[in-house]
Amino acid sequence: MTLHRIAAIATASAVLAFGSTVALAQDVTGAGATFPAPLYAKWADAYNKATGARINYQSVGSGAGMRQIRAKTVDFGASDVPLTDADLAKDGLIQFPTVIGGVVPVINVKGIAPGQLRMTGQILGDIYLGKITRWNDAALTALNPGVPLPDAAIAVVRRADGSGTTFIFTNYLSKVNAEWKSKVGEGSAVNWPTGAGGKGNEGVAAFVQRLPNSLGYVEYSYAKSNKMSHMLMRNQAGTFAAPDDTAFKAAAAGADWAKSFYQILTDQPGKDSWPITGATFIIMHKVQDKPAQATNSLKFFDWAYINGDKMASDLEYVPLPESVKALSRRAWAEIKDSTGKPVATK
Amino acid sequence: MSAVLSATDAARMGMHRKRKRMNVIALTLSLGAMAFGLFWLAWILFETIRLGVGGIALSLFTEMTPPPQAETGGLANAIFGSLVMVGLATALGTPIGIMCGIYLAEYGKNRWLGRVTGFISDILLSAPSIVIGLFIYAIFVAKVRSFSAIAGALALSLIVIPVVIRTTESMLSLIPNALREAAYALGTPKWKVISSITLKAARAGVLTGMLLAVARIAGETAPLLFTALSNQFWTINLTEPMASLPVTIYKFALSPYENWRDLAWAGVFLITLGVLALNILARVLFRKKD
Amino acid sequence: MSATFPADPPRSKVAMEKSALGGGPPARARRTPWADALFSAVAHGAAWLTLALLAGIIISLTISAWPAISEYGLSFLVNAEWDPVEEKFGGLVMIYGTLATSFIALLIAVPVSFGIALFLTELSPNWLRRPLGTAIELLAAVPSIVYGMWGLLVFGPLLAAYVQAPAQALFSDVPVLGALVSGAPVGIGILSAGIILAIMVIPFIASVMRDVFETTPALLKESAYALGSTTWEVVWKVVLPYTKSGVIGAIMLGLGRALGETMAVTFVIGNFNQLDNLSLFAPANSITSAIANEFAEAAPGLHQASLMYLGLILFFITFCVLGLSKILLSQLQRGEGSRT
Repeated sequence: MTLHRIAAIATASAVLAFGSTVALAQDVTGAGATFPAPLYAKWADAYNKATGARINYQSVGSGAGMRQIRAKTVDFGASDVPLTDADLAKDGLIQFPTVIGGVVPVINVKGIAPGQLRMTGQILGDIYLGKITRWNDAALTALNPGVPLPDAAIAVVRRADGSGTTFIFTNYLSKVNAEWKSKVGEGSAVNWPTGAGGKGNEGVAAFVQRLPNSLGYVEYSYAKSNKMSHMLMRNQAGTFAAPDDTAFKAAAAGADWAKSFYQILTDQPGKDSWPITGATFIIMHKVQDKPAQATNSLKFFDWAYINGDKMASDLEYVPLPESVKALSRRAWAEIKDSTGKPVATK
Repeated sequence: MSAVLSATDAARMGMHRKRKRMNVIALTLSLGAMAFGLFWLAWILFETIRLGVGGIALSLFTEMTPPPQAETGGLANAIFGSLVMVGLATALGTPIGIMCGIYLAEYGKNRWLGRVTGFISDILLSAPSIVIGLFIYAIFVAKVRSFSAIAGALALSLIVIPVVIRTTESMLSLIPNALREAAYALGTPKWKVISSITLKAARAGVLTGMLLAVARIAGETAPLLFTALSNQFWTINLTEPMASLPVTIYKFALSPYENWRDLAWAGVFLITLGVLALNILARVLFRKKD
Repeated sequence: MSATFPADPPRSKVAMEKSALGGGPPARARRTPWADALFSAVAHGAAWLTLALLAGIIISLTISAWPAISEYGLSFLVNAEWDPVEEKFGGLVMIYGTLATSFIALLIAVPVSFGIALFLTELSPNWLRRPLGTAIELLAAVPSIVYGMWGLLVFGPLLAAYVQAPAQALFSDVPVLGALVSGAPVGIGILSAGIILAIMVIPFIASVMRDVFETTPALLKESAYALGSTTWEVVWKVVLPYTKSGVIGAIMLGLGRALGETMAVTFVIGNFNQLDNLSLFAPANSITSAIANEFAEAAPGLHQASLMYLGLILFFITFCVLGLSKILLSQLQRGEGSRT
């Protein structure tokens, strides 16, 4: 008897569930990088309150995002790793940047205050190669006279999963450490010679906070909100820069966005530049099967360019300079529907 | 004569003592095992409650997943999504699993289809859930060109089916043939023997299988990542991406924002509580009237 | 045709009336003569569907893995190099990690689950049975990501301090054991992952074992008691042999969970793609953890195909383990008499 009752309830709920597959207004769906995900969530929430339109962005990783946009299962993809112009042309895609952020090496060494330690890319690369293994190594003491570097092994921490953060970090190391470039190279995931792998920025932060004498790298927002101990990095101009908004902005200013959106902001010239900066990009198809979705996506990004700067700064991201935003808007004119009409309505 | 007897007696007493000792040792170890299991449970539950109970409020059920650093927010869309997808997956997977288990125990005992299917189902049991998600992505999501709650439910049902098959088949096989033969002797047709008698006798075990399957899929993240994706907003449209508790927890728990982390732990607490409630409810409903 | 079940009774109304005339009770007409055929067809259909599903998964996996299979062939199984930048892949590290963690998990979980099932069926007072059983099943309700985070943040440090450090102090000079406990005790690695998997797997094995023990006919147990057996002897010599296929099924369920578990393992295994040493304390990698971590960012091509190849290997490992257990079971069942 109870079995019949259960069956009846199950059937009723199944009918209800299937009956609810009503054609409602389609959300715009985007997928990709984890780095800007919190910011896109905040923008989408504010945009929804302002206009009622729903932009659903999900962080599945830059690589997965590119796969989805190529498969046309989403309306736009997001990636921390920009595509080369050749790759873009091959798949009929365009890309434009939305926001800038930085990767920050962090340490957990008793006796060294945040911002006290000075580091160069060469030394950092050697540590991650496993060549420099102790904190009081000659190279570090020479650079940091007066800093109480302990006679202890460096507990190296890096990312276990593939990510745009790793891409930016290894790209920087490849630029400033020749041996790193030849032995390991750059990528979202690389064959790390040493170090424990933490899952996500949170995993790396957890390891660094728990292991004494450890060194890791995380996104700036993580370092700031977990109040982790950062260091000063020597940039191309020779200054030891501290990671903050002005340093990231200085790095972005040096890039030649007018030539191409394929810009990797590591090791940029500029007195105050932070050497491990990166932008994040949106990728869309040039020829749209669903022009209405494309128009809605572009409307959202336009709104974000105009109204989203304060929200970005609140979350420790760096908004794009106005000149770059203007370049993006010009690029949007290239997105057309199947008849050749541009999709952006402005 | 008495000397021989007492030697035998002595040997027997010795054996008896040894067996008694063995018994006591074994039963003490068993008690220890129970305590061991309960210890981990208590510890994990304690952590779950400690971190999650602070976030329990009515807003959890009435508000949507918030952006970072927001003041208000809840898990309403994720809770709804989980209920819908887990319910759909169980509704799809359990009948198939039970019927297949019935086939294996009642029809296919000595046939190649029975043997192969049993083997296959056990292999499917240990399929990594992410592979199942990718399979549904390849055959469904990529073809339809959109993520959807239906795809998520399909992926979850593929996890439910082998669990239910294995438990149903095990339980049905252990029902003594005497029961079946008695029913046949009374003229019961085969389908009725199976559904009203054998299955009923085994229902505790079959129910355990179903509950284990539900407990498993209630906490699964990987198969949903590439099928249902997730959704920041409220939706009841099954053909759109839909939020779910495990994916939301996965995103929020690994973030640097405190409001997100609190919600993640509240979500964990909800899943655990939900499965416990389901467990108790099901046992009460299907209680064997001894 | 299975010979164990009696033939169906006659179906036509005439035949039934005939039997009634023959002096038997008035037979009820079969109202739904097609019910048997339908039921049988549905059961057969479910079996074919399951077969088709697995075939589909394997085929789909093989297609995605084909670039890696054609590139590496079987050398993938013994090559330990995993370099996404150079596009050189080999699965030895992950295969070892999966096998080692699952082995440790079963080593701990099977005796403990047996003890729990024994307790629940023989020792515990009646009123305590349901709540304790539900409590154990509750362990299965905790989402796997919680196990991972708990393992990383709570259990790992404690394991490092109270188990790994003392073990190193004790065994570091012993020849074989010393190699197993070498390396920095940071609380992550194969041992941590194995223990956490064991905890996750216990509810599965214990619940099914308990249900299976409860089906032992009271007659058999009472006969054993009547002969003077102790409780332990009844369980070890009567219940366990009677239910051995169910027990092995329960272990398979647990093994399946251990081999396929992704989230919990990936937090505590350390994700180290090199096989420097065989220490239980060293970070390593498992197949599921590698797929989960790297799939989202894997470049299409050899990287993605290699990850899918790893998935295929996991299926194959399961296939081998299951085959061995079937052989074991058939050996054990050969000595059995017929069941009633």
